[in-house]
Amino acid sequence: MAFKPIATTRSAAGILTAKLAVWWLLASEVVIFGGVLASYIMHRIGHPEWAHYAVHTNTLAGGTNTFVLLTSSLSAVLAHRAAQLKDGATAAKLLLATVGGGGIFLVIKSFEWANEIKHGYTISANPFWSFYYTAAGIHGLHVIAGMTLMLWVANDARKNQELHRVELVGIYWHFVDLVWIFLFPLLYIAK
Amino acid sequence: MSEPVTTVDPHHHHDAHGHHEPTFLEKYIFPLDHKYIGMQYMFTGMFMALFGGFFAYCFRLQLAFPGASVPGFGIVSPGEYNALVTNHGTVMIFWVAMPVLVAAFGNFLIPLMIGADDMVFPRLNRLSYQIFLLSAIILIISWFVPGGGFGGAWTAYPPLSANSHYSLTPLGSTLWVLAVALEFAAFLLGGINFITTAMNSRAPGMGAKDVPMVVWMICIASILFMVSVGPLIAGAIMLLFDQQLGTAFFDPQRGSDPILWQHLFWFFGHPEVYVVLLPATGITAEIICTFSRKKLFGYQTILYTTIGTGVLSFFVWAHHQFIAGIDPRMANVFTITTVLISIPIAEMMFLYIATLYGGSIRFTVPMLWALSFIAEFLIGGVTGIFLGASGADVYFHDTYFVVAHFHYTFFPIAIIGTFAALSYWFPKMFGRMLNERLGRIHFWGTIIPFNFIFIPLFITGSAGQHRRIYDYNNFPDVATPDLQMLNIIASVSLVILLCFQAVFLFNMFWSLFRGERAPANPWKANTLEWQAPSPPPHGNFPPDAMPSVYRGPYEYSVPGREDDFWPQNAPS
Amino acid sequence: MLELFMQPASTFAGDVDFLVNLVAVLTFFWGGLSAAVFFWLIWRFRYREGVRAQYVTGNEPDLKRFITYPHYLIIVCDLAIIAFAVQTWYKIKQDMPEPENEVRIVAQQWAWSFVDPGADGKLGTDDDIKTVDDLHVEVDKVTKYTLVSRDVLHDFSVPVFRLKQDAIPGREITGWFEPTVVGDFDIQCAEMCGIGHGIMGARIHVETAEQHKAWIESMSKVATN
Ligand code: HEA
Ligand code: HEA
Ligand code: CUA
Ligand SMILES: [Cu+2]
Repeated sequence: MAFKPIATTRSAAGILTAKLAVWWLLASEVVIFGGVLASYIMHRIGHPEWAHYAVHTNTLAGGTNTFVLLTSSLSAVLAHRAAQLKDGATAAKLLLATVGGGGIFLVIKSFEWANEIKHGYTISANPFWSFYYTAAGIHGLHVIAGMTLMLWVANDARKNQELHRVELVGIYWHFVDLVWIFLFPLLYIAK
Repeated sequence: MSEPVTTVDPHHHHDAHGHHEPTFLEKYIFPLDHKYIGMQYMFTGMFMALFGGFFAYCFRLQLAFPGASVPGFGIVSPGEYNALVTNHGTVMIFWVAMPVLVAAFGNFLIPLMIGADDMVFPRLNRLSYQIFLLSAIILIISWFVPGGGFGGAWTAYPPLSANSHYSLTPLGSTLWVLAVALEFAAFLLGGINFITTAMNSRAPGMGAKDVPMVVWMICIASILFMVSVGPLIAGAIMLLFDQQLGTAFFDPQRGSDPILWQHLFWFFGHPEVYVVLLPATGITAEIICTFSRKKLFGYQTILYTTIGTGVLSFFVWAHHQFIAGIDPRMANVFTITTVLISIPIAEMMFLYIATLYGGSIRFTVPMLWALSFIAEFLIGGVTGIFLGASGADVYFHDTYFVVAHFHYTFFPIAIIGTFAALSYWFPKMFGRMLNERLGRIHFWGTIIPFNFIFIPLFITGSAGQHRRIYDYNNFPDVATPDLQMLNIIASVSLVILLCFQAVFLFNMFWSLFRGERAPANPWKANTLEWQAPSPPPHGNFPPDAMPSVYRGPYEYSVPGREDDFWPQNAPS
Repeated sequence: MLELFMQPASTFAGDVDFLVNLVAVLTFFWGGLSAAVFFWLIWRFRYREGVRAQYVTGNEPDLKRFITYPHYLIIVCDLAIIAFAVQTWYKIKQDMPEPENEVRIVAQQWAWSFVDPGADGKLGTDDDIKTVDDLHVEVDKVTKYTLVSRDVLHDFSVPVFRLKQDAIPGREITGWFEPTVVGDFDIQCAEMCGIGHGIMGARIHVETAEQHKAWIESMSKVATN
């Protein structure tokens, strides 16, 4: 971040500019997922028979992933705490732990999907699976994005730079987490 | 500005970027400066407008002289006709109205008007333009791929759009969706930047009531866009998958519902029309205040009507789907909300008109454009009520009456609004004045033909000519000579209008280099951008003397002062 | 106003035309009034040497009332428009009078095919009469239509009836009309349905009872030979 305009240093609304931006970003993300989920829910209401397709989702894998993501969020919180205490090194480590959590999530997911595709439940099998893979897929991309950002921030934090960003990626990660909290019951539990 | 400064000490940067002038490449090709990014958006938008106008020319001539070879294009086949119409609509809304009104003027004006030196995230800003440019390139490519450009109307209703076996444009439709999705992403990034900048970087002393109306309107528009576009981004992804992966999101054969897309599209589509409306009305507000030397009549009320319109716009979308097979009872709900939206907008129009009361009106070129915006938009607005009345829409839906309605709203917004803004801020953007006489010629040469294009179309629509029909001879009842005459009048007027655009383009490029040099504040206006030099240097204001604000933007003709204007940053 | 451009030929065409006239009167009145005031102000307060603009904030009650009162009246007009719009809509799309005739309409890229119940007046029997791009109906008879699509969205539009309805693949949409004028009229497809959208027209032949009967007989002869 070589050049920083005066504009960026101002804070007329009393909120840190970067934080404000993150919240607006999340606002725009919320409606994107809102669109997918709303469409999905409308279909589920209209088509009870989809329950029969949903039976074939792997609730165990989904549940484990939920647990993994929640724990990773916890370490993100701890990283924020450390950052507040100006302890960049610990913050960085904790962020890496979170990244690890994201990694496990993706690994489990890939096995899960591979297995389902093997049994012929592909994205084009029927509308349910289309939603299943698309919704989870978009979420997965957000997980990857979050992990990349976190590695970047962790690298700065290690050198005690831009510590305020630790909180920002944290907020983003909580959002990714929250989206999954919605996806899990809708895609796995509702049967 | 992107000179490699390694330290993070803020003060150092201020000096650094206050004085260091960027190289040519940094300035014009990959600028971080909001002014140049704004201009990139504007020139890209105008370039696309040439396409949009050319497409209109092609299919208008086909409609006037069915089957004749169109000079500069050739014979228009049915497939080509659909592609021309579809891409005309797409280009004009997403690659002309949005970039020029929201992005170009948003970028150029917001930092200047709130007394900041730049956007809060210059890099994000540049990225947003680059994504936008990419999307434009993809769209242009989509016109030349085998099978031709997408022809399923800009609303892209599936199954037609989802299945190349129906649309016969395998590549065209995919590239089209891709381009639109990227364009949305670009404007999401841009919007975040606008809103954050306006919220956080206002000059010291600038409270909510001191923010110029156009800044308010662009920000509210960005919020509307941000909140409404999400579902359609999701929808675009689904449509892409349906096209390429054979998913079943919109496939009735596999037990899902094509109407879903219509809801996703119009839930965005209607707020979208206000996304482009608001910046245009904001621009109008600035101009009529400056040139009638009047305070805006009821600043706060106008703000409330704007917010009211924005909120209501989320509850009217199904008025595009009255006869599309939705539950007939729903239509009643949406008729109510739709007709009620005339309340805030009527109020806003009345307040604008009232602003003229007691003024001292100067008929400069920007003022002519701004006034004509109000006059023309009134027509577009009231004809919307015909369509909002569900019972009447059963007849009007998909006729040229609809086409005429939304051109009477879109043309004032995208074209008149842009010309108004351009002729008003041109001195600030480029440091030179536009030629007044040429400006007037261009104004009358645009306004008069415009009305002669679309008034006839109201009649052909009422007479039952439907949209997206390349040749009415297939429908005996509406293939009458009188209606054909009206179509010829419309098309000829379009040709005239297009010729007069040459006057504008000449005036613009001539003035860019030969026009007389502009003073800092040629119009004697109050808002902050006029207190910076013309054109503003990099950083807009001297870094050690950033402006502070002492009063509202429209303190014109205040009793007891001998100047009839009072700059926002002038200490009292 | 519409009747000037397109003759009304169904029982609800009149309601639509009335609604359109109502909206026209109200909006043109207010729109015209706004425009008149607008141009008057422009002329009245044009720049004059030495005349300085007034300082008006917009909070002066004596000025504001010129906006608020008309505004209330507009709300009243809105309510009137809504009331008549809903009424007309109900008659066309929600109400379903006792059908005296039936017809099945099948849309596909890019043609209309129609199934007439034939002599026995029942669809699905083997004396049904299938026609392409020609729909024969009886005047002054409430005709119930069932609209389906084989591929993409189409729209069954009969301007003289003031009737429009999308055809949606995977759905059967029913509606009604009652022709009031004998004659041949246009059917247009009013939903973009691909390259042939512009040629997807058909004719509707509104016939007297005798003509219709004669037509059915002639068709059933064709079937038997
Ligand atoms: C920026 C563009 C813009 C704007 C501002 C508007 C504004 C409005 N539009 Fe329009 N509209 C479009 C762009 C726009 N529209 C487009 C692009 C389409 C077609 C899309 C497609 O199918 O391709 C469309 C289509 C469209 C339809 C669907 C038609 C159909 O396909 O069947 C309807 C139906 O309700 C509608 C209604 C309205 C209404 C009620 C308003 C209101 O906001 C207008 C309110 C303003 C006024 C009413 C004027 C001021 C008030 C007065 C002067 C007082 C007097 C008024 C009364 C007494 C009521 N519009
Ligand atoms: C902003 C939106 C916008 C604008 C400005 C226009 C401008 C014009 N439109 Fe278009 N139109 C649409 C949006 C717009 N249109 C949409 C959404 C549709 C529906 C598409 C569909 O059905 O899928 C449509 C459809 C449509 C149809 C219906 C076709 C059909 O259904 O078969 C017709 C027919 O006459 C038409 C005509 C015109 C004409 C003659 C102009 C003229 O006003 C054009 C004049 C030309 C220019 C103004 C460009 C040249 C100007 C410059 C180069 C100056 C620099 C540029 C700027 C200042 C921006 N348009
Ligand atoms: Cu069928 Cu258009
Ligand atoms: Cu709308």
